[in-house]
Amino acid sequence: MSTKSNLWGVLAQYENPHAIYKACEQVRDAGYEQWDACVPFPVHGLDKAMGLKASKLPWIVLTMGIFGSAFMVLFESWAMGSAYPIIVGGKPLFSLPAFVPVWYEATVLFSCVTAFFSNWILNGLPRPHHPAFGSKAFERVTDDKFFIMVEATDPKFDLEKTKALLQGAGATLVEELEP
Amino acid sequence: MSHSEIKKPEDITVPPSSFLAKLPMLGGILAVAGLGATLGSAFGENKGRAMFAYLFAFESVLAIALGGLGWLLLDHTTRAGWGVVVRRFVETTAATLPVFALLWLPIGFLGFHELYPWSHEHDAILAKKAWFLAPGLWYARSFIYLAVWSALGWFLYSTSVKQDSLGDNHAERDRLVHLVRKVCAGGIFLYGVTLSFGAVDWLMSLQPHWYSTIFGVYYFAAGILAFFAFVTLMTMVAQSSGVMKTAITTEHFHDLGKFVFGYTIFWAYIAFSQFVLIWYANIPEETEFFMVRMEGGWQYISYGLPVLHFFVPFLYLLSRKVKRNRTLLGVGAVWTLVMHCVDLYWLVMPNYGAHGEGHHEPHLSPSFLDFTALIGVFGVFLAVYGVLLKRNKTVAINDPRLDESLVHENY
Repeated sequence: MSTKSNLWGVLAQYENPHAIYKACEQVRDAGYEQWDACVPFPVHGLDKAMGLKASKLPWIVLTMGIFGSAFMVLFESWAMGSAYPIIVGGKPLFSLPAFVPVWYEATVLFSCVTAFFSNWILNGLPRPHHPAFGSKAFERVTDDKFFIMVEATDPKFDLEKTKALLQGAGATLVEELEP
Repeated sequence: MSHSEIKKPEDITVPPSSFLAKLPMLGGILAVAGLGATLGSAFGENKGRAMFAYLFAFESVLAIALGGLGWLLLDHTTRAGWGVVVRRFVETTAATLPVFALLWLPIGFLGFHELYPWSHEHDAILAKKAWFLAPGLWYARSFIYLAVWSALGWFLYSTSVKQDSLGDNHAERDRLVHLVRKVCAGGIFLYGVTLSFGAVDWLMSLQPHWYSTIFGVYYFAAGILAFFAFVTLMTMVAQSSGVMKTAITTEHFHDLGKFVFGYTIFWAYIAFSQFVLIWYANIPEETEFFMVRMEGGWQYISYGLPVLHFFVPFLYLLSRKVKRNRTLLGVGAVWTLVMHCVDLYWLVMPNYGAHGEGHHEPHLSPSFLDFTALIGVFGVFLAVYGVLLKRNKTVAINDPRLDESLVHENY
């Protein structure tokens, strides 16, 4: 392990989606785990090239959607049926069709809010600073350049070998990142 | 990922001895047997029953073809790329629309009197609607709908076919692509108006006192849902017949499955919206629709539809794994098509015998004629579909967005 004390990781720049797709496959096959790819627009299939596992998000959303759905229909039944019983439009106190709009919207609301904030948490957001922001080249990640960064904490990380791997995969620029 | 690597599919003609090549014959047999039995009865004493069965079958299958036209209009207008590999199957669906103009003739000229009570009944409510539900105007409107759908469907099909043979003439091809997009943008407006009014004129007016402002959307929802189920199955049939075995991937089936899933929700949303407002307002002319469907056995279908046409397919198709598995997705598509027919049956049939001579309480009594009518009209549709599909390549090989579709991937 030839790591410097103030080294966060290595940043590599690629010129096009094709190049980064191939590079990601190589980094994946080399067995790295603590790394990420940053692209200016969605590159289809990049998750496969990176070997990412399926996200946990759908299960979290499903759970909270079912919870929100159950909660709201029970709440409406309780509120309209017993806690505050008023007859509306001559309908029975427990009128399931009348509950459906709010019931449905609550299911959607619980699912969406859960999806939104779970997405933040799973992605480690909010994150006001990132070591890659120290790189001048990285500014073009929102424009026309594609980047891979490998963190020094990765068990496979070796400054020279990692740099060589990224370079060999077609990087046009390799930089060291400080925290 | 690089577009130079993309290989265009070569298995793009219907193999002569495959199942797909036999569609015209198969559809023809169904058509002759089904329509023969149904329309034969229409000249006997069972005329009313036969005509209602025929209307049910006509509207069920027309909905599929109209759903295909709707998808094409949206697809071209939004310049969608993902679906170019399956688009010829959709264009062929829409290209059958001129045949529906012929299939409509028995409704307009044989069963008009039996089907539509406003054609001969008089009361205070109908007097107010007489200017709209006047036979002359009704026929004129019907001709307009059929003409618009036939013209749009055939234009989109024939223009796409014309592109196939243009080779490297990119200027002409691009001119056609832009022309199609312009026609489709305007076509969406025409489609929306004619489909809504068509549903009102041919289905809603079966119960002429009743009205529902969302009815046109209901018919659209039913149709586009059935269409996506149909095109999913047709794509599977094509692949098993040896057409585009590698070009159409799990990614495309996944997207088709998403549309079946999404429009299942859309259908339920519209159906419930129609129900809840009528239920809440509780006005006699409006509640009539659900009253007749809550007795005489129809209540089982009324309660069954939300469960079997929404909750079951919703939960079934929710999982990504189901949409990406062809067998499971195929089961969902067949299920959706069957429930689509039940839905249309529930819309049309309770009106049989509800008016005029032989008046009786509408009760659920399936007849052999319902079945023969359905296979008859569906047979005509399949036969024409098969003939049109065989005539051309099974993919828009020269489409500028074909490459995008070939490498399409979901996240």
